Order: sequence, then structure tokens, then C-alpha cells
Amino acid sequence: MTTATQPERQYSGSTREPWDDTGGEMPARNGRETDRTEREGSEDGEGLARALGWFSIGLGLTQIIAPRGLARMIGVRDDEDNRNTMLAIGLRELATGVGILSRPRPAGWVWGRVGGDAMDLALLGTAMKSQNSDKSRVTAATAAVVGVTILDIIAGQRLTHNSLGNGSGSAPGAKTGITHVKQLITVNRSPEEVYTFWRDFENLPLFMEHLESVRVTDDRRSRWKAKAPAGSTVEWEAEITEDRPNELIAWRSVEDADVPNSGSVRFTPAPGDGGTEIMVELRYDPPGGKLGAMVAKLFGEEPNQQVKGDLRRFKQVMELGEVVRSDASIHRTMHPAQPSKKPVSQPPRINGAPVNAEGEIL
Amino acid sequence: MKAACWMNKRDVRVEEVPDPKILNSRDAIIRVTSTAICGSDLHLYNGFIPTMEKGDILGHEFMGEVVETGPGLKNKLKVGDRVVVPFPIACGNCTMCQRDLFSCCENSNPNAYIAEKLFGHSPAGLFGYSHMLGGYAGGQAEYARVPFADIGPLKVPDGMTDEQVLFLSDILPTGYMGAEMCNIKRGDIVAVWGAGPVGQFAIASAYLLGAEKVIAIDRFPYRLRMAKEGAGAAETINYEEVSVQEALKEMTGGRGPDACIDAVGMEAHGHGPVYAYDRVKQAMMLESDRPIALREAILACRSGGTVSVIGVYGGLIDKFPMGAIVNRSLTLRSGQTHVHRYMRPLLEHIQRGDIDPTFIITHRLQLDDASEGYSMFSNKQDECMKVVLKT
Repeated sequence: MTTATQPERQYSGSTREPWDDTGGEMPARNGRETDRTEREGSEDGEGLARALGWFSIGLGLTQIIAPRGLARMIGVRDDEDNRNTMLAIGLRELATGVGILSRPRPAGWVWGRVGGDAMDLALLGTAMKSQNSDKSRVTAATAAVVGVTILDIIAGQRLTHNSLGNGSGSAPGAKTGITHVKQLITVNRSPEEVYTFWRDFENLPLFMEHLESVRVTDDRRSRWKAKAPAGSTVEWEAEITEDRPNELIAWRSVEDADVPNSGSVRFTPAPGDGGTEIMVELRYDPPGGKLGAMVAKLFGEEPNQQVKGDLRRFKQVMELGEVVRSDASIHRTMHPAQPSKKPVSQPPRINGAPVNAEGEIL
Repeated sequence: MKAACWMNKRDVRVEEVPDPKILNSRDAIIRVTSTAICGSDLHLYNGFIPTMEKGDILGHEFMGEVVETGPGLKNKLKVGDRVVVPFPIACGNCTMCQRDLFSCCENSNPNAYIAEKLFGHSPAGLFGYSHMLGGYAGGQAEYARVPFADIGPLKVPDGMTDEQVLFLSDILPTGYMGAEMCNIKRGDIVAVWGAGPVGQFAIASAYLLGAEKVIAIDRFPYRLRMAKEGAGAAETINYEEVSVQEALKEMTGGRGPDACIDAVGMEAHGHGPVYAYDRVKQAMMLESDRPIALREAILACRSGGTVSVIGVYGGLIDKFPMGAIVNRSLTLRSGQTHVHRYMRPLLEHIQRGDIDPTFIITHRLQLDDASEGYSMFSNKQDECMKVVLKT
């Protein structure tokens, strides 16, 4: 275990920044928001969904504010019944639009739009039979709705694919591209304390949810084992590329790893007596094929969220000595906030570092 | 055990659920003796707070007897201790807790990532108040798990009844903090929107803090009557009968109140086109909250005065009179109550007889009747002000 008093150690080839091993392959991140995942080559249904969300709001507002004009445009008679129908559709459009734009996962709302499209087509079909409507205009409106329906279905399919964990909606086996994650948190402990805890890589599974174990093999090398779906595991060997006590630790997988990955963690004293600011950067390059799909699942649909969650648990372990649990959070999936029927799988524990000799939580 | 579970919008049922267990080292299990339905529970009941799941146990105002303690509690809490529990869950170790901002605890919300999306950063976890705020089972049950039980629960002195201290869990500190945020000086006139339980305690607290005159605003005569007779309000305004702005000007020499407290929140009731506008926008999910009382409080407040918001808001509001705040140098203050700060000093106020919080209790029911309690409180039936559930 490295302590605060040890001199700075630098390993061979580590004079560069830990991220420089790409030879300029990664795009410059200066000035970008820190909370974004960068997936190169990733194109999903989000952009289309957003456009459809705004379209919904625009159409909804028009239907509410100017039902007469819109009725004339699509060729239906401007009577009270039609105006009421228009108002109801307008309200529905607004609700789905806001839903698409505000929800973290808009897939459901986009499928809601598809349902709405079906309803609109049915109404237009009725209008087509009516003697009071302008057939050519109704036909044009129907064509427009069919077009939008197709877009809705495309967006819905893409988003559904994504939320099932298939990365960018690509076919299984396709490469998902390099993923880069950057997250920050402030911990109410000194840089020495947090560095020392982190430097012992065997502590990492205490707060990194997807890690099963880390075994330190020598001063530089460690063997990482991560949980993968269906009870399987992914393993790799990592080496420390840079280690500046109380400031920075950087590591990367050794050459033959199935999932090439690297990471670094920086410790900066927070202003005042505010503890330590911690910045984690991770980069991994999931391979194609089954393993790639597994890794994509492993890091989750939102790797930033996964890493932020890990950092929150790190903060809890450092400040409280254990990970905080609620009645719902002890379950892997959504669960009502009531005590579990099963015996608690993880009994309360007072973990390593932040506990003193008497077992008292610091 | 039995517990009041949220099954759906306007559907609360008492169900048989598993008993709570110790999950973290500083947990305690409490056998609940008294619990209350809070006005903010009605926002859950009416379906205005997102991320509720079928089966969630409700309740954040509760007290009882310690029946089990985790290994990390040492001797700070013992089996048999009688305690009242604050509604925010706070760890005591993070920077926020150390600054006495307990309802902003950085560690107590395991679902911080959901709250972050809506609020930017996550506040503390709360008992029985949605998954966004932690997914903790609430206290309207026979037993409850209390995390960080060495920091939150206050031991009840011998000889005090449940009813005397139960409201230290939430509404008494909430009303008090609402008045404290007004920075009341001698001669100040304070207006309180909403004469529900929190409003009643805000009125009483404003007097404790030295207000010259407190004005209560509501539409239910029985609530205004209690504001006068129970909390001691000097004047009342029924907004269904008179214009609030005109009446306040009349009562304050045209200046407006020095401080305005919004003890109403997101489901405010009102009149006319603006109210209809808010109802429609809320129903369409274009705004999550109806800020009718808040708008009125901002416009009524005297220049340079303080608007203190203790009513619950969950998301976004519309037509917010920012111009009035900027151009008339108003101070807007708010926060979920940092209950831990206020429990002990308010307990002393109760012991000294400065305030007797029991005056708001209108209904005492058994836990089994929780469903009836919710519907009665929500519909303001039978002059319902505060429902206490006994187990």
C-alpha cells in the first residue's frame, strides 16, 4: 500500500498524460460538458425523437390555438365537433411532445405517438367518407400523417433497440466504438485518505457495482474481474501507468485484453476545508461480437450514469464506511419501497478504511 | 406487518408487507406508535409527484419505540428508547450535513441519479416519498427502518405524550423554518398563504419570532377560525370572499406585508382564467406545479421584503413574476426543512408551554383506516385539519 509519505513514482512511458496513449485518436474534449459520454460513430434515435417531440408540441399548439385554420388546411369542416376533436388531439400532441423531450428514455412516448398516428389515420379515414370534406386536402393530410407515422416507427424502433442494451441499434456483432466517460465528485475526506483507499485496487469492488474482484499481483499489475450478464465474467490484466501519491493514478489494460480499457483518477484538494475533488476518466473499446454486446450491457446504456453511481458509492464508503441502501435500492430492478421478503443478502458491514480500531465509523 | 401502501392515484390501501430489516450499520428499527398524514402526502395521493411505484409504503411523520439497532449505533440509541423521527434522511458526515443543511444530505439518496435529472443535483432521501427521493419505505406502518438513527431521531422526554411531540418530525419545524427565513424584525407584518397544519405552525412561529401581526389566507372558514383561535392570527382573509391584494393593502397601510409565507405549494387552488390556465397546463404536463399562491405572495410583498416558500413544489412552474422580485428587491427563500436543526429547540418551546402543537389534531384513526384518512383529508371533509394514525 502506498502512503502519503512515499516519493512520487513514475513508470516507464508515463511522462505523457494518461490519455495520450491514443496518439491523438481521441477528439479534443476541452470546453465540452463533463457529463457526456462520447461514443464515436454512435447514431441513435434520440435526434429524430427530439425533432418529433418538437413537432408534436408545434402541432399541438396549432391545434389548440388555431383549430379553424388547421381544419381548413386538412380539408375537414370547421364545426364544433371537429374543433373539439382537434383540441383533444392537440392536447395529446402536447403531452407526448413534452414526454419525448423531458423523459430520459423517450421510447414509450414515441410509441405513444405511433398510437396517436393510428388514431389520426382512422379519423382522416372517417373524414374521407364524409360528404362535407375536401377530398384532395384530406388525401394530402393523410399522406403527411403516413409519412410522420413512418418516422415515428423508425424512431421508436431505434430507441427500443437502444434501451435493450444493443448499443447504437446496430446489428449484434458490429463494433460499438470507443466509449469515453468522465465524472466528478467531491468527497469530504483529505486527498491522502481518498488516494490511499483508491490506490489499493482491491477496494474498488466495494463501490464499483460491476466489478466482482480485483487482485493485486505485484506493484504495478492487477487482475480485474467484472460481472457480466447471465452469471459470466470478463477478466483482464491491468497495469498502472502513472502513480503520483495523493494526486493521480492512471491504469490501462495490458495488450492482450479482450476489452482494451484505460482509466485515471485525479485527486485535487477542494477549496477551503471542502475535502477532495475527484475526477475519474475511463475509456474502453468494446470488441465486436457477443463479447462486445456483453460489455455494452456491463457498462450499461448510460456509462456516465454507471460511473457517477460508482463515485457516489465511493463517497459513501469514504464518508460513512458503507454503501447506503434503501428498501427499493437493494433490488436490481424497480421494486416497491417496502421491506424485502428475502433475507438481506448483504448484512450490514463496516468497511475498511474509514473505520477506526474500535470499529467506530469516522 | 401492516402498512399504508400507495397503490395508484387516489388509492391508498393498508396491506400486509414484510417486516423491515437492518440494512446499514447505523439503522434502527422502530415500532411505530403514532404517525400522521401530511399535506405533502396528498401530493403523492393525488399523483403529482413522479416516480411512485405500486406498493410504496407512505408516511414521513412518525414516532415510536426502538426495537432493534444496527452495530454502528453504539450506545447512541438503545432498544426501548422512545423517539420521534425527522422526515429527511441525513448522514451527518457529508459537507451539507456539517453545514446543518440536513435536507440536502449528499449521501442519503440511493436514487440520486433520478433526482439529479429533475433538480440538477440530488437532495436528501425522504421517508415514503417516491423513488426519486430514495425509495425508502415510509412510517405509516407498524414498524419502520430508520437509517442514520444516531443523527436523526430525537429521544422523547418522559411524561410527554405522542401527540405533543409527533409534529417535531415535520410540520412544526417546517412552519418554524418558514417563519425563520422571513428574518422577522420588531413591527413586522407577516402574511401566510394556506391555513393548513404547516400554515398554522408558521403563524404561531412568526409570533414566537417577534412578528407584530400575522394574517392568514385560506378559503375554508374552519381553517381560518383555527388560525385565529389556535395559532393566534390577528386577521384572516377568505380569498373566495375578498381580493387578497386589496385586503392586504388595507391591513398594511398600502405597503404590503413585510414577509409572505407560501404554505400552499404545487396544488394551489384559485379562481378565474389564470387558475384554469394552470390546471390545463398541469394536466398536460406542461408545468408540474400550480404556483397560484406563490405568484400572489410575490406581488403582495412590500418592496425589499421576503417571500418564504415552504409549500412543496416538485418541478416547473409557469408565469413566474421575476420582474417583481428584481425590480422591488424581494428576497426569495426556500428549502425542504432541515428538521434536525429545529427538533431540540422546538421541543424546549413545547416543554416551556410557548406552543402546544396538539391544537391542529382533528381526527384520530387507527392505521387500518389510513385509506379513509387520506380521502377525508384530501377532500377537506368533516373540517379535517390533521389526521393522526395510531397503531
